[in-house]
Amino acid sequence: MPSTVKMTVNGKSVSGQVEGRTLLVQFLRETLSLTGTHVGCDTSQCGACVVHVDGRSVKSCTMLAVQAEGAAVATIEGLAPAGGDLHPMQAAFREHHGLQCGFCTPGMVMSAVDLAKRNKSPSEQEVREWLEGNICRCTGYHNIVKAVMAGARAMATGKGGDDD
Amino acid sequence: MTDTGIGAPVRRREDYRFLTGKGTYTDDINRPHQTHAYILRSPHAHAEIKGIKTDKAKKAPGVVAIFTGADMAADGVGGLPCGWLVHSKDGSPMVEPPHPPLVPDRVRHVGDQVAVVIAESLDQAREAAESIEVDYKPLPAIINTAQAAKSGSPQVWDQAKSNTCYDWHIGDKAATDAAFAGAAHVTKLDLINNRLVANAIEPRAAIGDYDTGTGHYTLYTTSQNPHVIRLLMGAFVLKLPEHKLRVVAPDVGGGFGSKIYHYAEEAIVTWASKKIGRPIKWTADRSEAFMSDAQGRDHVTHCELAMDKDGKFLGLRASTTANLGAYLSTFSTCVPTYLHGTLLAGVYTTPAIYCEVRAVFTNTVPVDAYRGAGRPEATYLLERIVDKAADEMKIDPAELRRKNFIPKDAFPYQTPVALQYDTGNYQATLDQALKMSDYAGFKARREEAKKRGMLRGIGIASYIEACGIAPSNVAGALGARAGLYEAAQVRVHPTGSISVFTGSHSHGQGHETSFAQVVSDRLGVPIENIDIVHGDTAKVLFGMGTYGSRSIAVGGTAIMKALDKVIAKGKKIAAHMLEAAEADIEFKDGKFQVAGTDKSKAFGEVAFAAYVPHHYPLDKVEPGMDETAFYDPLNFTFPSGTYVCEVEIDPDTGITRIVNFVAADDFGKIINPMIVEGQVHGGLVQGIGQALLESCIYDDKSGQLLTGSYTDYCMPRADDVPSFKVETSKEATPCTHNPLGVKGCGEAGAIGAPPAVINAIVDALSERGVTHIEMPATPERVWRAIHGTVARAAE
Repeated sequence: MPSTVKMTVNGKSVSGQVEGRTLLVQFLRETLSLTGTHVGCDTSQCGACVVHVDGRSVKSCTMLAVQAEGAAVATIEGLAPAGGDLHPMQAAFREHHGLQCGFCTPGMVMSAVDLAKRNKSPSEQEVREWLEGNICRCTGYHNIVKAVMAGARAMATGKGGDDD
Repeated sequence: MTDTGIGAPVRRREDYRFLTGKGTYTDDINRPHQTHAYILRSPHAHAEIKGIKTDKAKKAPGVVAIFTGADMAADGVGGLPCGWLVHSKDGSPMVEPPHPPLVPDRVRHVGDQVAVVIAESLDQAREAAESIEVDYKPLPAIINTAQAAKSGSPQVWDQAKSNTCYDWHIGDKAATDAAFAGAAHVTKLDLINNRLVANAIEPRAAIGDYDTGTGHYTLYTTSQNPHVIRLLMGAFVLKLPEHKLRVVAPDVGGGFGSKIYHYAEEAIVTWASKKIGRPIKWTADRSEAFMSDAQGRDHVTHCELAMDKDGKFLGLRASTTANLGAYLSTFSTCVPTYLHGTLLAGVYTTPAIYCEVRAVFTNTVPVDAYRGAGRPEATYLLERIVDKAADEMKIDPAELRRKNFIPKDAFPYQTPVALQYDTGNYQATLDQALKMSDYAGFKARREEAKKRGMLRGIGIASYIEACGIAPSNVAGALGARAGLYEAAQVRVHPTGSISVFTGSHSHGQGHETSFAQVVSDRLGVPIENIDIVHGDTAKVLFGMGTYGSRSIAVGGTAIMKALDKVIAKGKKIAAHMLEAAEADIEFKDGKFQVAGTDKSKAFGEVAFAAYVPHHYPLDKVEPGMDETAFYDPLNFTFPSGTYVCEVEIDPDTGITRIVNFVAADDFGKIINPMIVEGQVHGGLVQGIGQALLESCIYDDKSGQLLTGSYTDYCMPRADDVPSFKVETSKEATPCTHNPLGVKGCGEAGAIGAPPAVINAIVDALSERGVTHIEMPATPERVWRAIHGTVARAAE
């Protein structure tokens, strides 16, 4: 039976009717039309759907919408501050050519922001291990790793806003 | 060079929308009153369909319609066509079985389409599909490439005897046999090029939208070439004229070849949207992608290299069996033939080459081009046998290559297998890569590793590829059923801003940036004033799309040709405005100038005059500034280069770690070095994936796909691969037959990396007597190679 779920998404209160089986990613994409969060697999492997739930990166295909009741959810659409500038992590991805087709990118960026909050200056190996749950087929990861290291530094030097 | 012109590492203009979640991929699109489709697929590798009962399913909640192959056949829907006709040695045409979008009578691989359920929601469609009763009579299946043509193997198609589609060859057999007869040494090698899954991270999707008011159809689809889909689906499958059919390929999340082809689901949703009078969306989940996206490679090869006593190559022969899967995908037939056999000269002067390829049907997902397409198979074969020859002849692998390279002053160079290379300098990239990798210092590093108990190896691969696909007359003579030119339109607006329409399609390659750089450079217009438009048959005049590293070489040249026309017209207008002779007008730095004077008109002023023609040569020139061009390449382009891979292997675990990987590529002239490096990085990891991790595996008996998800198919992850040293050649040789001098860069990494990695592993294991190891060189395979237990066959 459908039920109503309420949460905060990108700082706004939202609610909607969902079925028990509705995944958080379906709620974001289909109910809220936040299509920046992508679905690339059906086994919670690819990480294209990563969002933040209460400040932590989560694969939104692995969580039911009802489990996010009352939570603060942040998606890629809410990351850049108002006014059109990019978040430092987004800017680093652009500067270092850390994206090609763009499909895995929202999940990569959201994962990277979570890493940078925990580790202000991650090493190459730390970045590679952290991104183990995000698959990219285009970039060979080389430039993503560079971007994440640079983005984390930029966030640490105060240019990074609090996205959640 | 301006800061946004040719050669500048301009940051990508498409990135903002992708980074902020504002990209528009097919699944992001929703049409009013849209329904959802679920495709019921075969659970059997091979089975007769005795009957399909849909009555119960049709009554399920939310179901709008259910269609089967019989419904499509009743409407006269045709089969998915194959775009390349290959002839066998004896002159007979290939066996070309039917390929219906929904299969009515006999399924031939796991995942074959049997029925479509259309419902108000995807969940409802999926649930209703569970109530469809299909009465299957399972049949024995053939999976194994090497076994398919053997007598007694199950037959996929009654009309294809010995499961053979064609038995093709190229080269001079007699001359090659003679070369072998006179050889001082012959190196022999059997190898397998493992089957791969392209795995673009965006799964395929399609939305069919029939307009009941106008009779127009629109298909939104994840395609690398929307015009090709319109052509194939319109002309062959649904029999719809082009003016009634629009195909839109919006942002596409990677392709790597797998989104070139016309797929059944595109035809199904387009056809069915008229049947039900509502739009229909279908999106593959990843499991469906594994059993319905065309797969790649899957060759079994025996090859031999004949040399004189000094290691000079005298002859090469190769015999390959190529697995095409159950049906002929759009370009499947040209991959093991004209994109493989023709590349077997490689970068070497081998005077006699003979290659035969038997293409076989099996009960597996169709195989078609995957990044590199035929050229990785050719390069792997060549660069492995050259390394094995070096080992047997006790010649350094770099030295053996150098000894046999086509000299840099020998161009244009006619190979014995049809291609004529326009230009190249293979010594330069070899030298560059050896320097970058400190090849000379390797022995010391090996000794140091040995002290730590590790086996260290170094491997070289010198590749060449034929890109810029393709001269239509040559392709046509070889069996292509389409032209392979590209189209462009440059529309200068009244205030001087510019929309460029290109038939190339960008799905990660950054055309919106690099193509704009070409225009900015040629016209002297700021890049902000230029838009690149692609991916919509209603906007772009025509196009053949993006594959075979053709976009900048063919699509970019078409844009250059259209720009030439714009400038030629501008000169006429400027001559009138400046009261000078047209012959005296030169166009430079964004200005039309009377030669030798300071009299000039800016590009924008001339554009404005073209649209407000008050003082204008109306008797000689039409108003407006909007020019089109089609460009058909004169030859292929031939990117080349050398990769060096260094590995360390832990003999206790068999785990291989890439400790260094360098790439030196000659792509001719470079438009955007940042994008080019990114393309190489991506290709390298796909190549390393093939060499170390990836393999598409079916159960040999049941034909079940064992690697049907990311938990089973080993995709390269960030912590599986190293960072790279990537450089373009310091002595690059620009392409001689296109005005940009470009060669293309999209596939190189995937072509050169697998042999570099395997050569390094074999080098590391050579002290344990290993002379070859199959891909992927998993820890288990490596461990067994070290410890003398042969890895299970047919893994």
